Amino acid sequence: MELFLQQIFNGIMLGSTYAIVAVGLTLVFGILHIPNFAHGHLYMFGAYIAFFLMTIAGLGFWTSLLASVAVMGAVGVILERLAYRPLRERPHIDSFISAIGALMILETSVIVIWGPQGRRIPNPYPGIIEVLGVTMSYQRLIVIVAAVSMILLLNLFIKRTTLGATIEAVAQNREGAMLVGIDVNKVSAITFAISAGTAAAAACLVAPIFIISPTMGALLGMKAFVIVILGGLGSIPGAIVGGYILGLLEAMGGGYLSAAYKDVYAFGALIVILSLKPTGLFGKEVA
Amino acid sequence: MNIRLKGRWWYLAIFLVAIALPHIVTSRYVGQIIIMGYLFSIATLSLNLILGYAGQASLAHAGFFGIGAYGVGLLTKGGVSFWIALPLSASLAAAIGFLVGLPTLRTRGSYFAISTLCLGVIISIVAGNWVQLTGGYTGVVGIPTPTPIRVPWTVEIRFDSLLAQYYLVLAFLILTMFAMHRIVHSLTGISFMAVRNNEMLAEAAGIDTFRVKLTAFVIADFFAGLAGGLYASIMGSISPSTASMELTFNWLVYLLIGGAATLGGPIIGAFVIPIIMESLQFLAQYRMLIFGVLLIVVIIYFPRGAMGAILQLGEKWRREWRKRQEEGPRVAASQRP
Amino acid sequence: MLLQARGLSKNFSGLVAVNSVDLDVAEGELLAIVGPNGAGKSVLFALISGIMKATGGSVYFRGEEITGLKPHLIARKGIGRTFQTTALFNQLRVVDNLAIGYRMRTSSGLFSTLLRTGKWREDTRRTMTRVAEVLEIIGLKEKAFHFASTLTQAEQRKLAIGIALMGYPKLLLLDEPTGGLTEEDTREISGLIARLHKDLKITICLIEHKMRMVMELAQRIVVLNFGSIIAEGAPEKIARDPKVIEAYLGVEHIADSQ
Ligand SMILES: Nc1ncnc2c1ncn2[C@@H]1O[C@H](COP(=O)(O)OP(=O)(O)OP(=O)(O)O)[C@@H](O)[C@H]1O
Ligand SMILES: [Mg+2]
Repeated sequence: MELFLQQIFNGIMLGSTYAIVAVGLTLVFGILHIPNFAHGHLYMFGAYIAFFLMTIAGLGFWTSLLASVAVMGAVGVILERLAYRPLRERPHIDSFISAIGALMILETSVIVIWGPQGRRIPNPYPGIIEVLGVTMSYQRLIVIVAAVSMILLLNLFIKRTTLGATIEAVAQNREGAMLVGIDVNKVSAITFAISAGTAAAAACLVAPIFIISPTMGALLGMKAFVIVILGGLGSIPGAIVGGYILGLLEAMGGGYLSAAYKDVYAFGALIVILSLKPTGLFGKEVA
Repeated sequence: MNIRLKGRWWYLAIFLVAIALPHIVTSRYVGQIIIMGYLFSIATLSLNLILGYAGQASLAHAGFFGIGAYGVGLLTKGGVSFWIALPLSASLAAAIGFLVGLPTLRTRGSYFAISTLCLGVIISIVAGNWVQLTGGYTGVVGIPTPTPIRVPWTVEIRFDSLLAQYYLVLAFLILTMFAMHRIVHSLTGISFMAVRNNEMLAEAAGIDTFRVKLTAFVIADFFAGLAGGLYASIMGSISPSTASMELTFNWLVYLLIGGAATLGGPIIGAFVIPIIMESLQFLAQYRMLIFGVLLIVVIIYFPRGAMGAILQLGEKWRREWRKRQEEGPRVAASQRP
Repeated sequence: MLLQARGLSKNFSGLVAVNSVDLDVAEGELLAIVGPNGAGKSVLFALISGIMKATGGSVYFRGEEITGLKPHLIARKGIGRTFQTTALFNQLRVVDNLAIGYRMRTSSGLFSTLLRTGKWREDTRRTMTRVAEVLEIIGLKEKAFHFASTLTQAEQRKLAIGIALMGYPKLLLLDEPTGGLTEEDTREISGLIARLHKDLKITICLIEHKMRMVMELAQRIVVLNFGSIIAEGAPEKIARDPKVIEAYLGVEHIADSQ
C-alpha cells in the first residue's frame, strides 16, 4: 500500500512535467501545425541554462529559473523566425527537416559548451517530509505545486486574456483568424515563446531531482508527441490529462514492467493507436 | 517520360574511376573511408526514394539498416552463408517496413514522421536490451567476412581483403543505383513524385496513393537493410549505435545537401561530406552543429541541394552556349578588324 | 442515367454545405451547375468524386453504387475531374503530368519495372501513345516537355483537363475551368469543352460562373443555392426563372464586371 502510494506520488510528479511540456507542444503543433521535433531539446537547453546560472554565475534557484524561462522564450522566438517561418507555405516535410536541424544544433551546442556527461544541479530544498508513509522531498512537492499553478495560469491566460483568446482563435480557424485581421506572425512568435518558456520552467523544476544530460531532451520530446497525438491535436485538456496518465503509468508500470522497455510501450502504443485511428484518439485531422 | 541519355557518358567515366580507384589510392585508411562512403551511399539512395521522391519523412531509416545489420551478423555467425543471410535480412527489413507502413502510411502529414521516429527509437532500444539475441549494448562481434564464392574450375573469390570488399560494396552500390534509376525513370517513379507533389490530385487522377507510398517505403527499407547487412559483414562488429537516430540524421544531411529527389545527390552527399569532415578534424566536435545549421539553410534556400544547383547551372550553360552558337558567326564577323 | 445522386448531403460541424441533393446526369449530356459563391457546388463535386465523405445519401454511377469509395477507385470507374484552384503536378513536366492520369489503365508493377519486361515496355508505349493523343486534343504539343509550373494560366487549365482525360473517362467534372481567365482564353477553353462533348462524346458536368458561356454550352442547367437545388431545366427556362434571377443574377453582374 505504501509502495503504491509512493508510486502514485512519483507518478504525479513525473506527470506534472509531462503535462507542461505537452501543453507547450500542443500549442505549437496544434496551432501552427509545426511538428517541432526540437521541443524536448528546448526543455533540455533550459535545464542547462539554469545549471549554468546556479553553479557558475551563482544565482539562486528561482532567479535562475526565471532567467532560463526568459532566455528560452527568446530562443523559441528566434527558432520560429529563422527555422520555421520561411517554410510556412512549403510542404510539411520541409518543416520536419528544419526541426531536425534545430535539434541537432541545440544538442550539440550543449555538448560543446558543457560536455556530454551528466550534470547535477544542487538541490535548493533538500528536506523531506513523510505523509501516510509516503516520503516526499520538498523539491518534488515544489514541482507538483509549481506545475499545477503554471497549468492553471496558462489556462487563465488562454481563456481570460485577449492575447490568449487570439491564440485559441488561430488554433481553431487559421484562415478565419487571418480574415478578421489577426497577425499570424505575431501569434506564431508568442506561441513559440510560451511553448519554449514553459518547457524551460518544467526542466528547471525537475533538474535538481534528476541528473541533466544533453540526451534527456530527445526521449522527452517524443513522449510529448505521443501525449499530444493521443490527447488530440491542439487540445490543452487532452495534453494535461495525457501527461498525468503517462506519468502515472510509467511510475506504476516501472515496478511491474521491465524498466528498459518502458519507452517501447509508450511509443508502440502510439503506432498501434494511430493504426486504429489515423487521426489520433480525439483527433482533428492534421492539415 | 523523361528518359534522357545524356547522363550515360558521365556514368561510364565515374564507373571507370571507381574501378581504378583502389589502384590509385593505396592508403588502407582512405580505402576504408571510401567503402563507408559506398555503404552510406546505398543507405542515402534508399532514404532518397521514400523521402526525396515519395515525399514521406521516414525517420526510422537507421532502424531498418540496423535490422539488416543484425540479421546478417547473427545469421552468418550462426553459420548461414552470407549470400543467403543478406537477401533474407534485407527482406526482413522490407517485411517489417510493410507491417509498419500498413497502419502508419494511412495517417496524414506529420503523423508518419512521428510514427517512424518512434519506431526508430523502439528498434534501437530493443537492440540495446534484448541481450540474449543482440548482445545488448556490447553488440555482436566477430561477424565473419562474406562467404567466398566458388567459381567452378577456377579460383574461389574471397572477401577477406580490403580490395575484394571494395569491389563487393561497389557492386552492390551499382546494383542499387541501377534499381533506383529504373524505378525513377518509369511510371512507378513518376507516381512517387506525383504523390509527393499533390496527393489529392494523384488520387483523383486514379493513383492508389496509399499503395504508392507503401511500395516506396518497402523498397527503401529493403535497400536500407541491404546496406546494413553489408556493413555488418565488412565491419565485423555491430552495436545498437548501428541503428541509432544519429545515423538517420547523418543520411538526411547527406541527402539534402547532395540533393533530394536526384539520383546523383545522395552519392555526392554521402561521399563529399564525410571526406570534408574527415579533413577538418579540428571541427569534429562541431560536426552535428554544422550539420544542423546546414540542414536548415539548405532546406530553406536550396531545397534541391548541390545536385539541383548543378543541374540548374548545366541547363543555363547549355542555353547560353546555344545562344552563342547562333550569335557566334555574327559576333566573330563584327570583331574582325 | 449515367450518374445518379440521391439525398446527397454534407455537413461541416453545423454548416450544411450540400443539402439532400438529387442529381441525374444522362449519358451524353452537357450539364452546367451554377449558383452563387458558397452554394455548395465544389463540395458536391467532392462528394461525387470521393474526395469528401458524404454525411448522407448515395451516388450511383452506371447503375453501380460508388458512395464512400476511395477517389482513385471512382476515377477508375470512369469519372475524371478538375479542381477549382488549378491542381497540377507542378514539379513535373507536362508529359509526366499526363502520364499519371493513364496509370490506372496500366498494371506493370515493381518487378516488371525493375526487369523492364515486355509488359513494362508495352505499358510505357501505350502510355506515350495516349499522352500524344491527349496533347493533340488539348493543344499543348509545343509545351510537352516544359514543367507544369512554367505554363500560362490557360495552358494550366488545359493540362488539368488533359490529366482528367487520360484514363478515358465517361464523365468529366469540371470545376470552373475558366475562372480568372481572359475572355480570349475563356473562349478557347470553352471550345475545348465543346469538342470533348461533341467529338469525343464525353458526358460533362460543368461548374461555371460565366453565364454567357453556360448559355452557349449547356443543354441543361442545375441551380444550387445554400446547398439545395432551387431550379433545373433548359438554359432558356433557367434564364427566365425568377427564383434563379433573385439568387444568382447579382453574381452574374459581379462575374461580368471582372
Ligand atoms: N473543407 C471545408 N470545411 C468546412 N467548410 C467548408 C469546406 N469546404 C467548403 N466549405 C463550406 O461549404 C460551403 C460550400 O462551399 P463550396 O466550395 O462548395 O462553394 P461553391 O459553390 O463551390 O462556391 P464558389 O463559387 O465560390 O466556388 C461554403 O460555405 C464553404 O465555406
Ligand atoms: Mg467552388
